Amino acid sequence: MTTCPDREMALHAMVDGELDSMASVSLEAHVRGCAGCRAALARLEDIRARFAENDLRYSAPQSLRDAVVAMLPDPTTMPARRDAPPRVMPWLAGGAIGALAASIALLLAMPTLSEGTLPDELVAAHIRSLQVAHLIDIQTSDRHVVKPWFNGRIDFAPPVVDLVSVGFPLVGGRLDYIGDRDVAVLVYGRRLHRINLFIRPAPAGVLPVSATLRRDSYNMVRWKSSGLEYWAVSDVEAGELREFRDAFRRATGT
Amino acid sequence: MRSKEPAPDPVASRFRQLVLPHLDAAYNYARYLARDGTAAEDIVQDAFLRAWKGYYSCRGSEKSWLLAIVRNCFHDWTRVNRSFSVEADPLEEIAQLAGDEEPEDVLLRGLDLAMLRDTITRLPEPFREALVLRKLEELSYREIATLTAAPIGTVMSRLARGRDMLSKLVLERGNEGMRS
Repeated sequence: MTTCPDREMALHAMVDGELDSMASVSLEAHVRGCAGCRAALARLEDIRARFAENDLRYSAPQSLRDAVVAMLPDPTTMPARRDAPPRVMPWLAGGAIGALAASIALLLAMPTLSEGTLPDELVAAHIRSLQVAHLIDIQTSDRHVVKPWFNGRIDFAPPVVDLVSVGFPLVGGRLDYIGDRDVAVLVYGRRLHRINLFIRPAPAGVLPVSATLRRDSYNMVRWKSSGLEYWAVSDVEAGELREFRDAFRRATGT
Repeated sequence: MRSKEPAPDPVASRFRQLVLPHLDAAYNYARYLARDGTAAEDIVQDAFLRAWKGYYSCRGSEKSWLLAIVRNCFHDWTRVNRSFSVEADPLEEIAQLAGDEEPEDVLLRGLDLAMLRDTITRLPEPFREALVLRKLEELSYREIATLTAAPIGTVMSRLARGRDMLSKLVLERGNEGMRS
């Protein structure tokens, strides 16, 4: 009374739930009439039950867990230098470093242009917006929807325009928290890229000049108009970002 | 160069969320492969270091990917520590294990976690590996085939033979004990 040799593997596959339903039907029919296979199946089920009753897995000792965790970089700090390029949007980390360098250059070269860590915060906010699916609070290309959405959420009224005719479709808007206050963010598209336009009341002492920063693939354009300060942050070309600024200023008459 | 106000490192966070939870699986796999706790710790540490450096190359299931790295680390470790890689003859070892004990004791131990673990540990490597990946880590036949670079038919026959050995070693001994 032995297992049919040609069905032995199929029996194992059935116990493992890896046999498709048609094959299972025909095997079950065979097992009903074959004592040898029935015995084999019972033995397999018995083994399976043994495995199910006992958790035979070893757990990692705490010392190993500690060692592995200590080996990994602290996720609460900005990526500084890494041997391998990151998997998630590799240009972002490079851009972040570039933008950090850019912000330091900005602080050294034009100390009156910004306050403290503002460019860092803007870059961090831009990166965050692309990562955590918090790019947009209100998703619409209709500026008549976006503009009222900001009412009551912030104490100033940012101008909202759609620039789809010049290749910068309005994607939506959101609130962000920059420089210890809520700021309005308009999100525009440029092909597959995103432009975050941060808008806040211009702090006292901010120069009314426009500035462009370019490091690696990361760009920031800043300008001031009618008491509001604008920061456009994106990975599109600096020329395109200036084009965006000009289009935005023309459309809003500022 | 560190930012004064730290912002989260997205890649490190992602790694912690998606790869670190498989630490137990990595250790379990390494432990059954190397058949030694200390060796398994070394292998897993090495594997996590490589995993972090090569994280950009991870596509699809993090668990299978990590286990493949553990497997490579184990093979590197074996090359350095050849004395550990001597294959045991399972039937002989089980016979020795049970040789000087009463059948009742064998039966009791057959129900014992340590006994089952020990029996798996004594299976030859390919069968042991397939069983651990299937029964303990619950990978599919296809995942095991990819991970061990073996045709799916080979995986199936290893599982079948591995399980046959197990049932011979554990269950039949237990039954004999009951009958006597």
